[in-house]
Amino acid sequence: MSQAATHHDTHHEAHHATGITRWLTTTNHKDIGTMYLVFSLIMFFIGGSMAMIIRLELFQPGLQFVNPQFFNSMTTMHALVMIFGAVMPAWTGFANWLVPLMIGAPDMALPRLNNWSFWILPFAFTLLLGTLFMPGGAPAGGWTMYPPLVLQTGEAFPFLIFAVHFMGASSIAGAINIIATVFNMRAPGMTLMKLPLFVWTWIITAFLLIASIPVLAGAVTMLLTDKFFGTSFFNAAGGGDPVMFQHIFWFFGHPEVYILILPAFGIASAIIPTFARKPLFGYSSMVYAAASIAFLSFIVWAHHMFTVGMPLAGELFFMYATVLIAVPTGVKVFNWVATMWQGSMTFETPMLFAIAFVVLFTIGGFSGLMLGVTPVDFQYHDTYFVVAHFHYVLVTGAVYALIAGTYFWLPKWTGHMYDEKLGKLHFWLSTISVNVLFFPQHFLGLAGMPRRIPDYAVQFADWNMVSSIGGFVFGASQLLFVWGIVKCARGGEKATAQVWEGAHGLEWTVPSPAPYHTFSEPPDASTIEGGMR
Amino acid sequence: MTTSGIRRSARLFASALALTPLIAEAGWDQLNLTRGVTPYSETVYDLHMMILWVCVVTGIGVFGAIFYSILKFRKSKGAVAAHWHENTLVEFLWTAVPAVILVVMAIPATKALVMMEDVSKSDMTIKVTGYQWRWRYDYIGEGIHMYSGLARTSDVARQLNSGIDPKSVENYLLEVDNELVLPVGRKIRFLTTASDVIHAWWVPALGWKRDAIPGYINESWALIKEPGVYRGQCAELCGKDHGFMPVVVRALPEAEYKVWVEKTKAEQAAKTAGLAQPATAAVAQAN
Repeated sequence: MSQAATHHDTHHEAHHATGITRWLTTTNHKDIGTMYLVFSLIMFFIGGSMAMIIRLELFQPGLQFVNPQFFNSMTTMHALVMIFGAVMPAWTGFANWLVPLMIGAPDMALPRLNNWSFWILPFAFTLLLGTLFMPGGAPAGGWTMYPPLVLQTGEAFPFLIFAVHFMGASSIAGAINIIATVFNMRAPGMTLMKLPLFVWTWIITAFLLIASIPVLAGAVTMLLTDKFFGTSFFNAAGGGDPVMFQHIFWFFGHPEVYILILPAFGIASAIIPTFARKPLFGYSSMVYAAASIAFLSFIVWAHHMFTVGMPLAGELFFMYATVLIAVPTGVKVFNWVATMWQGSMTFETPMLFAIAFVVLFTIGGFSGLMLGVTPVDFQYHDTYFVVAHFHYVLVTGAVYALIAGTYFWLPKWTGHMYDEKLGKLHFWLSTISVNVLFFPQHFLGLAGMPRRIPDYAVQFADWNMVSSIGGFVFGASQLLFVWGIVKCARGGEKATAQVWEGAHGLEWTVPSPAPYHTFSEPPDASTIEGGMR
Repeated sequence: MTTSGIRRSARLFASALALTPLIAEAGWDQLNLTRGVTPYSETVYDLHMMILWVCVVTGIGVFGAIFYSILKFRKSKGAVAAHWHENTLVEFLWTAVPAVILVVMAIPATKALVMMEDVSKSDMTIKVTGYQWRWRYDYIGEGIHMYSGLARTSDVARQLNSGIDPKSVENYLLEVDNELVLPVGRKIRFLTTASDVIHAWWVPALGWKRDAIPGYINESWALIKEPGVYRGQCAELCGKDHGFMPVVVRALPEAEYKVWVEKTKAEQAAKTAGLAQPATAAVAQAN
């Protein structure tokens, strides 16, 4: 098998397709990884522009720029684009690039499926973004698509549903590929408990995807038949139940938030030991904690809907299960802190972003704990406090880990060192502005400002203005990120194979840039200490 | 420290001070949850403050350890990395201690929830129905009902490029045409439902919000302790004017409330009679 693969690879390299055909037909995990990452960066800026429109309208009370319907389209599309277009494909891009390199495999297990799962995405987002130009406007019922409101969507409705189906199909295919790769293609000696944590968290994420995305597909299909085929799954007047949609949606939706954050845990667990020059503290407890979080994610969904009026027993169960997540999450944070303790730290850009990730994600964790306490959630629910919470865990959580990971592996991908000064400038501008952007939103929520409103009472004016200023600076700062990446791809100081003094793991044993084909002969991983190092 | 360093620190400190008036002006009520005016809202506030302090103390510990490490264990200061990467006792402790803290927190939280869900022995019932984009209130047993929507003054000002400064409008976006008038000191049961899409009825001073869902009737309760005007908003995205369907509760002392009920009953009866005989009403109005 391995011989056949080797032979095929050499053959393939000889007849390397060029131009656009190369990218359309490629089955190479590095090419596909690059396409995923570039795609997600484009989506990050499209979703980000929508956020800029939102913050511009909220800069002061009154309506100055957009009408309320378009504002609602912006909040809805911002969420869909960022979640399904930016963060999820970015993680799949990282997995494509890194999983084979980290486990010593020549490529992904299912290379043609890999090509297909990427190329579904441009179609999905053409459908979704195309709705902006349709009669009735883009979807405006929130990314959560609650009926009956979502059924009031105009011509965009079926496009929304099919776009979600496409994104889901792409994610499931990607997840199957990663599981097949890790379970079948590890180099000899690379046992499961030696896998780098990024690989571990991605396997767990892949199982979450396979378990939860079909549930979303079912939910949106029921919406489709309710709208066009006369069913009444969610129509109270026809004997259906609008709350059932919320239960089904969040049965997908809560695992989904861990799909977005678990690989981030893996990235932090790779970067912090590298720059602390000290082994990761509590490797096995990190694996068990990630698995516990994944398990719990399936039994906490109703905390997103405490105010729908559940029986007392249900509210108590979901409260207890939710706050329980604080335990394994706490273990992870404590482990990262213990890894830094008595280390020998340096603060290159990836480390700066990783430390900021730990601190700011923890702030998001605290507000998450507060939100999990049902009686108090009756106040917090659907206010800006929630907006602050999930942006702390998704922007300074997931996105920060993505940025940290990009700077960390960019030298391996391009063969050049990135501009450290530019990276640090990007870090400081982002980190100051992101807090100016999101921290005041805690105050707004506590003071009583609901989320998803285009205009607000005047007592909320000051903090909204502060938040918007933070937003504009944060948005602009991300241009430095793109500049840094382009600069690094074009040239710069040559990177060594190991790149970082404290770097350990198989991906650092291949040259930089990583050759088009790596590990055609499986390495002997028994000498590698793996995640334990 | 060099002179320029001191000057720079001083300037940083001064700019930090410049932010303080903003915070002071904003006031505590614009930074934190309201204490509210019901037994439940006070319980919620206490619970909120307790969890907040637990988070603050944990945060000081965790962030303190991170910043201490950043300052102390840096390579540039000659720190040499240790090699330990496991410690069963420490790992057990930081799993068990948070678990115990959570259990301790769950006790008052459970009590509060039991309190909220006990709608028995109420003194009166208000049915709240959400519409795109206003509320309907039915005083069950009193025969009073009304629709409550955004006040005209706010509605004019909130149009795109209306040219009206929201700051010049009294209670901008938080004023309605018909207020929900309620008595203080009575346990009021609220039944929430909706006729089109899902809404959520929320007055922060009462301490909770509850979704208004077509096909569902949700129960909640409030006992308002102090007379006053309490404002809130729809809290569940319900379409284009979701941001423009406020809730205003006017809580009156029992005696004044009774007067209001009699007066409103008479008015509504007159209106119904007027609708039955439109010609007479028109003549009466003309006179």
